[in-house]
Amino acid sequence: MKKAFCLLLSFVLAAGMVAMPAAADEEKIRVNDDISVSADYDWTRFKGKGVKLNVYNWGLYISDGSDESVNVVAAFEELTGIDVNYTTYDTNESLYAKMKGGGANYDIIVPSDYMIGKMANEGMLEKLDYSNIPNYSLIGQEYRGQTYDPNDEYSVPYTWGVVGLVYNKTMVEEEPDSWEALWDPTYTGSVLMFNNSRDAFAIAARKIGVSMNPTTVEQVNVIADELKKQKSVVQAYVMDEIFDKMEGGEAALAPYYAGDALVMMEENPDLGFVIPKEGTNYFVDALCIPKGSKNKEAAEMFINFLCEPDVGLANCEFIGYSTPIEAVREMLPEEVANSPIAYPSAEVLANTETFISLSDEVNAAMDTAWSDMKSYDESGGGWVIPVFMLLAIALTCFNIWRRRARKKRRELY
Amino acid sequence: MKKTHLQALQKAYVCLLFSFLYVPIAVMIVFSFNESKSRTLFTGFTLKWYKSLLQNDMILDALALSLFVAFIAATVATVLGVMASIGISGMNKRLQGAINTVSYMPVVNPEIITGVSLMLLFVVYVNFAHWFNTSESIPAFLQILPENIFGIGTLLIAHITFCLPYVIFNVTPKLRQMDVRLYEAALDLGCNPKQAFFKVVLPEIMPAILSAFLISLTYSIDDFIISYFSCGTLQTLPIAIYSMTRKKVSPEINALSTVMFVVILAIILVTNYMEGRSYRKTREKS
Repeated sequence: MKKAFCLLLSFVLAAGMVAMPAAADEEKIRVNDDISVSADYDWTRFKGKGVKLNVYNWGLYISDGSDESVNVVAAFEELTGIDVNYTTYDTNESLYAKMKGGGANYDIIVPSDYMIGKMANEGMLEKLDYSNIPNYSLIGQEYRGQTYDPNDEYSVPYTWGVVGLVYNKTMVEEEPDSWEALWDPTYTGSVLMFNNSRDAFAIAARKIGVSMNPTTVEQVNVIADELKKQKSVVQAYVMDEIFDKMEGGEAALAPYYAGDALVMMEENPDLGFVIPKEGTNYFVDALCIPKGSKNKEAAEMFINFLCEPDVGLANCEFIGYSTPIEAVREMLPEEVANSPIAYPSAEVLANTETFISLSDEVNAAMDTAWSDMKSYDESGGGWVIPVFMLLAIALTCFNIWRRRARKKRRELY
Repeated sequence: MKKTHLQALQKAYVCLLFSFLYVPIAVMIVFSFNESKSRTLFTGFTLKWYKSLLQNDMILDALALSLFVAFIAATVATVLGVMASIGISGMNKRLQGAINTVSYMPVVNPEIITGVSLMLLFVVYVNFAHWFNTSESIPAFLQILPENIFGIGTLLIAHITFCLPYVIFNVTPKLRQMDVRLYEAALDLGCNPKQAFFKVVLPEIMPAILSAFLISLTYSIDDFIISYFSCGTLQTLPIAIYSMTRKKVSPEINALSTVMFVVILAIILVTNYMEGRSYRKTREKS
């Protein structure tokens, strides 16, 4: 009896101990209906100091208040009194060009993996002071120490994802499991492909079992040959047109980013998504502070804010890409948090590769090979333009002749 | 018989031409009312994109910046351009030709060259200012050169620069058309040169000035490349729209473009109507 009482008491104690952190959890600062942030961080130290943060992010890459989402930037401004100048870019390369040009002082940028490596190597990034970013502890272990930033000095992961194969169940006979499907002549005219050299090369490279980070020009040419073979099957090289094409059932197969694939599948339930067995590209977009930032500490506060679970959740739902914040994943609906598309298993992830920045020589070779491939024509069809030109010339000649004839006739009278 | 065929062909040609010009705009307007984000399927009528456009701070800020820069740049470029035109028309023929060629250069020059060279100029200035402000051989009270110039200032300089030639090429021909004797008569009738300019010359060339202003305004709102290189951390509307292309361009952009199209259409209709009325009035008088 006494023993039982002791057991009961210890249970109560244990329960109390479990409940205690939960109680501490309650101590949060409420910013608006959707966002509360942890109270043990000095969010207001820059209030009234006229601090202005220049944030440079991908287009449509933060929950911005449209479509009944939460306006994250406005919430940050309200909470901290820091003014945010939020602007956007479209590719890693244009971000790099802008930073290199020296025409801008940004405080926060969101480059992808290989670009972080490149920028860090060139001394374009500031080392982060992680004591100002306590929420970094919420980032899952598996997203730290990546090849682009092995010692976790420069970046805090923002989103990640994989590239996979989107297919229309009504248009393919069986579920594809290999990149081979994109080369399959039975689907001629209904295959879409990335209109972006790096992603397209990555797929062709994985298909033939070589690295998506070629180190020599020969390797680039081998992959480019594979892309040339694919060309007769491809309907179009596209980027965001893919949404309309796949949702509208205009194409059967297309490679794309997992987060965007989920959006397409929501619109068109006939679509499926598979990560091919040859492995794929694993990408991370991470928050960094460029060298020369005038407000490094405020920028770190912004990064910390983005890592708040409520904020992360809002962004994750808006962007649709996978989140590296464990707490956010737990808050997601069951079917998303355990979705093999958004959060593939460890075995699948083990067979992935991230981009690393290529040498200038290889980059140039890839650019040339890419444009060669695009202008390469296997089956003819280049005759259309000359024929049109001949027609135009014939028409012009006919007109001149007619005018002359008319003039002559007029002169007769 | 043959004639009617030809007429039908002519009509078809005109129809085809105008449909090339206006079908894209019509499609854009229709899809700004589309329920879903799709650009191929029309799923139902909605005004939600207009509503969410009004709540999208980023797009609205970019629009405000674009309009602000366009108005300031067009105004300044028009004033400078008119002054330049008057100066040019007072020169001798050879000098006029030379100046015209020089001011023609920025127009025929690819925009990318103008953009990059302006950016380089600004970067050189920033480096110079930094050196100047930190150099020890220069007295401290002189070291007040602004270093962070990238932003609204550089954007305005760039926009005024590329608008200026358009103003000059609009106003100079009008000045040449004008009868010099009008100005001389005004002087003879007791105007001082200033009065003669504002009362006689300016009203005469006003239509050209107005159209120059409108052209500058549209070019400035429209410009992407030059703004891209000189905007610093700001972003104008074209840059904001372009950066969305990695993901799907939101139908809010359709809504915004529709609003702009309607506003511009209204401006054109009103000016046409006013011109028509004043034309009729002068005809009635005579």
